[in-house]
Amino acid sequence: MSTLSIPDLERIYDLLAEAVDAVPQAEVQRLLAKLALLAANEIGDVERFSGLLAAARRDL
Amino acid sequence: MHQPEAQPRASLYFAYRVHPVWLPPAHAPEEKVQVVVVGGGPIGLALALDLARYGVRCVLLEAERQVSEGSRAIVFTRRSMEILHQLGVADRVVAKGLPWRYGNSYYRGRRVFRMAAPHDADQRFLPMTNLQQPYLERYLADALAQSPNAELRWGNRVSAIAQDQDGVRLTVETPAGDYALGAQWVVAADGAHSTLRQLLGLKMEGTAYEGRFVIADIRVDLDLPTERLAFFDPPWNPGNTVLMHREPDGIWRVDYQLPPGETAEEALAPAALRSRIDAALALVGAAGRPWELDWCSVYSARAMTLPDYLHGRVAFVGDAAHLLPIFGVRGANTGFQDAHDLAWKLALKLRGCAGPGLLSSYSHERVAAAREIIDEAGKSTRFMTPPSPGYRLLRDAVLSLALSEEFVRPLLHWRTSRAHDYASSALNCAGDDDALFDAGPPHGAPCADLRLEQGGFLLDHLGPAFQLLHFGAGPAPEVLACIATFRRRGVPLRLLRVAMVEEAPGGAVEDGQILPDSEGRLHRHFGVTLAGAAYLLRPDQHVCARWLTLSADRLQLALDRALGHEPRSLEP
Repeated sequence: MSTLSIPDLERIYDLLAEAVDAVPQAEVQRLLAKLALLAANEIGDVERFSGLLAAARRDL
Repeated sequence: MHQPEAQPRASLYFAYRVHPVWLPPAHAPEEKVQVVVVGGGPIGLALALDLARYGVRCVLLEAERQVSEGSRAIVFTRRSMEILHQLGVADRVVAKGLPWRYGNSYYRGRRVFRMAAPHDADQRFLPMTNLQQPYLERYLADALAQSPNAELRWGNRVSAIAQDQDGVRLTVETPAGDYALGAQWVVAADGAHSTLRQLLGLKMEGTAYEGRFVIADIRVDLDLPTERLAFFDPPWNPGNTVLMHREPDGIWRVDYQLPPGETAEEALAPAALRSRIDAALALVGAAGRPWELDWCSVYSARAMTLPDYLHGRVAFVGDAAHLLPIFGVRGANTGFQDAHDLAWKLALKLRGCAGPGLLSSYSHERVAAAREIIDEAGKSTRFMTPPSPGYRLLRDAVLSLALSEEFVRPLLHWRTSRAHDYASSALNCAGDDDALFDAGPPHGAPCADLRLEQGGFLLDHLGPAFQLLHFGAGPAPEVLACIATFRRRGVPLRLLRVAMVEEAPGGAVEDGQILPDSEGRLHRHFGVTLAGAAYLLRPDQHVCARWLTLSADRLQLALDRALGHEPRSLEP
């Protein structure tokens, strides 16, 4: 598994934040759900996706 | 006192016939018949016809004096057509019905998924055929009227049931009073609100979903092919789904979910109905097109089943046994398979050639099928009518993605009714060669209706009997002797020989019909590469044994098993 470089991570951080700000508040959930499905399709592995989901739910 | 409606139901396209009420002859002794089928819907009628094929004497009680109101079940699958063919009504269904195989899903005015149900030139029936239920009931009732074994009693309603080890006694209401009717077996085919289920105090298990749907039949002139249309999240019904199906006689079915909080009365009010049907027509580019309403109703999506379809001498079939969400055409199409499974088992039980496990296998096989369907239907229902904020968010995300991303589009298609495999049936042979075949229908699968090279189809050669399909020069004399033994016991068993090369007539094979297969298509379909292989099909065409090589002992073992006998030693 590759790990993002710090500059890349910073870039993604900004991209996500700007995308969330750019859509109407009511569409944020749908945007993130679409993104999760697209990322899941790239990952192509239910087990890995499930592990990422568990990590995302931690310490909310 | 039971007073069934004497006026024909109103319809824009179907001329209802009111049948005379059947009244018991005065001072007649109490009858006892082999089987009473309660309920003259499509499943009760199909079951009575199927039983009659085996010579079972059967009385069918229908509370009304005419067939059902409204189109109701309108889509019949290929497997249902194969069953209806055996009952002798498929020709009329084909002549009137509209065959189809494509389904289209739309979102925001764009087609985001097109489903193509598999079909090839070797198959007789298309994957789906649309026909209004009153037509189908009429065809089945007409066929039943021709049968010397069956009697359809219109206007007869069951009000009480009692049973003991020897039989069942029904109290039947007519406009002229009650009479008692005895039966060895009773089949409850009396629908979703089954009287027999209530009289026996039986409870279904499962889920009643929140979503309720309006179904409306309209007569409208639309120049569109026979394909299923689904519109997700239309502007006039946000978050909900609209379905449209073409029916014969210029009728279209429109289904849509009620907005939350709306009652059935509000939804069926003329103004509400009119504005929504106008909006649905606008979705297909027919805004402002004139239409007339034929029939409308409200239904709830439920996924429930009785945990056992046999209660003493009463068997349950169709909606009396299970309530299934109709997306995916699972109602009547599941019921026909119930009837086709039960008919031969009940017939052989009455003939005295069933082992102790035969009838109970009906319940095991069909309850398992219903549970599978409920599981699949749950997935479709969660997409069509999301039950929680999470499911709604994901459904909306998928719809939005579907406009540009191919990979999510299959989620917009819902699974449809299929022929069930009884892969874990107790009637399947143990110790045959099932696992050694690389192709062909395995244990429990229904045998497909294939085009034959001499013309016609395989199903035309399969009767109400076990069928031994033998590939090659014909079975050994010991196998033929085994067949004869079972026949002497009353077991209907036919031999069909599939021959790649033309054999000289006569000899040891005069017993069986021969299907020429010089191109080897049947051999390939059944995964047979060497002469001497054989399949044993149950009378409902499901495979219960198959062998690379057949012997009399192996056939006897498979037949005993398929008749519900405990496995017994081959030694005398």
